[in-house]
Amino acid sequence: MSTAKANLEILPRSVQVALGLCLAALLVFPFVGTEFYTQMVTRMMILAIFAMSLDLLQGVTGLVSLGHAAYFGLAGYALAFLTPQDAAVSLWWTLPLAVLASALAALVIGFFVVRTHGIYFIMVTMAFAQMVFYLFFDNKVLGGSDGLYINFKPNAGLFDLDNKQVFYFFTLACLVAVYAFLRKLLWSPFGRALSGIRINEHRMRAMGFGVFNYKLAAFTLAGALAGLAGYLWGAIGGFVNPELMGFHMSAHAIMMVILGGMGNFAGAIVGAFAFEYLLHLFKDLPKIGAYDIGKHWQLTMGTFIVLVVVFAPRGLLGLAEKLFAKKEKNSE
Amino acid sequence: MSDTASQTLLSAKNITKRFGGLAAVNDVSVDLWRGKIHAVIGTNGAGKSTLTNLLSGDLQPTSGSVTMGGKDVTGWKPENISRTGLGRSYQKTNIFLPLTVRENVRLAAQSRTPNAHRWLKLAASVAEVNERANRALEQSGLQDRQHVVAGATSHGEQRQLEIAMALATDPQVLLLDEPLAGMGVAEAERMIQLLLALKKDHAMMLVEHDMDAVFTLADHLTVMVNGQTIASGLPADVRADPQVQLAYLGEDH
Repeated sequence: MSTAKANLEILPRSVQVALGLCLAALLVFPFVGTEFYTQMVTRMMILAIFAMSLDLLQGVTGLVSLGHAAYFGLAGYALAFLTPQDAAVSLWWTLPLAVLASALAALVIGFFVVRTHGIYFIMVTMAFAQMVFYLFFDNKVLGGSDGLYINFKPNAGLFDLDNKQVFYFFTLACLVAVYAFLRKLLWSPFGRALSGIRINEHRMRAMGFGVFNYKLAAFTLAGALAGLAGYLWGAIGGFVNPELMGFHMSAHAIMMVILGGMGNFAGAIVGAFAFEYLLHLFKDLPKIGAYDIGKHWQLTMGTFIVLVVVFAPRGLLGLAEKLFAKKEKNSE
Repeated sequence: MSDTASQTLLSAKNITKRFGGLAAVNDVSVDLWRGKIHAVIGTNGAGKSTLTNLLSGDLQPTSGSVTMGGKDVTGWKPENISRTGLGRSYQKTNIFLPLTVRENVRLAAQSRTPNAHRWLKLAASVAEVNERANRALEQSGLQDRQHVVAGATSHGEQRQLEIAMALATDPQVLLLDEPLAGMGVAEAERMIQLLLALKKDHAMMLVEHDMDAVFTLADHLTVMVNGQTIASGLPADVRADPQVQLAYLGEDH
């Protein structure tokens, strides 16, 4: 029996409870944590949204995109272009517009890339993202290699995003909304079809599914959600540069999804938090003799990811599920 | 239009498929009629599976034409041909192994329901799709096994599932590529009964090695050798054809 393409789609009760506790912790965190950490966790939540958007492609549909950061960065740039030097703009029209810009880019690029399969898909998504990267990197009008400043946070009217706690809760609301939407989508006819495409695209076609349309819709939606994350990223930092669309950013997202566990969106959130936490942890490691471990954090992170892939192929969430399942069995 | 012609659902005329210098299928014509089973037999490598793939759109013919219900579908993609009312099973079991039997069939049924790509409705609660899935599960005798993961079912059940998935798409034409392959006696008997029951409403092409089953089921028989048709007609006539006996059936038949 082959379970190679089986995902952990149904979250066991134990994992659901753990996720509920994490949400509770996120809800109280700004009241106990310092402003610095509040902002750090906000960034983690933004990256979690970005990772979830990639999981829709990578975990659910089986499309590994090495250029997903392009859509993340584009929305950030959209905010930068829409924000004047000396005044704030309204959140309520710039956010939809930025998301739309990312969605549109994903639709156009997706029209070409979803025709390809396997290694070609990976290469073509990367090539398009590099094109977008260099378009911004090489054009002074678009900010060039230095990027652009966003002098004012978007104006939400009802609440003040300049307040770090308010920004935190706005991001948390986005995170929960995106998660709820994607979980619902996963069990919809559309989501079941995407999952079928991952498992056996050939048979899906033989049964009459126009897989091109499904894949293009998924690619566009994933781009739009990456755009939401990119907008928030630009807003919180007040700054965008081409690195946001770069290869490293795309690769980090892939690692987050793998680290947490693919195909259920909860894993992507766990992966994003774990990746960012480990990043800080590894960067702070001390020098041993002449060797600066912290400076070479990529080596440590690489080793860690390899270990996870080898010993917990379904990611941290899959590992947790396995441990919980063992415990439940023992207590019976 | 004559009575027979009006019942011709699929018609392939002089189709040829070349892979480089090799003609895997060479100038073959096949008609499928509602209410009849057209069996295609031949030795390994005779081009039977290639022929099936040409009819379903998995392969594109080098020359010749295929019509479905009078519509020219030559060169169409498999998903578009499928939607004209063609269902097929595969020689090598080709299902969704990690999903349950029911989810396999439900997914097949979903392919025929417009609005099925709604994003916020629960897939398992679309009544029309469930109805079609239930019917296919019942017809194929899999309703008791519907909650088992497909990868954990027996070989015979997986062959049944192949048919159930084809049926769930409400096809007019069924292309069955060795549905009895590797089955035990009891399983094979059940499958034969199933195919007989399905005959009434479908036009069927049956590629099969089991000669007893072929002569039980077939209304029309085509024999292929090296990509070419060497005989085609009523099973009794074809069986008596000396060329067929020499090439394929052997002296003991």
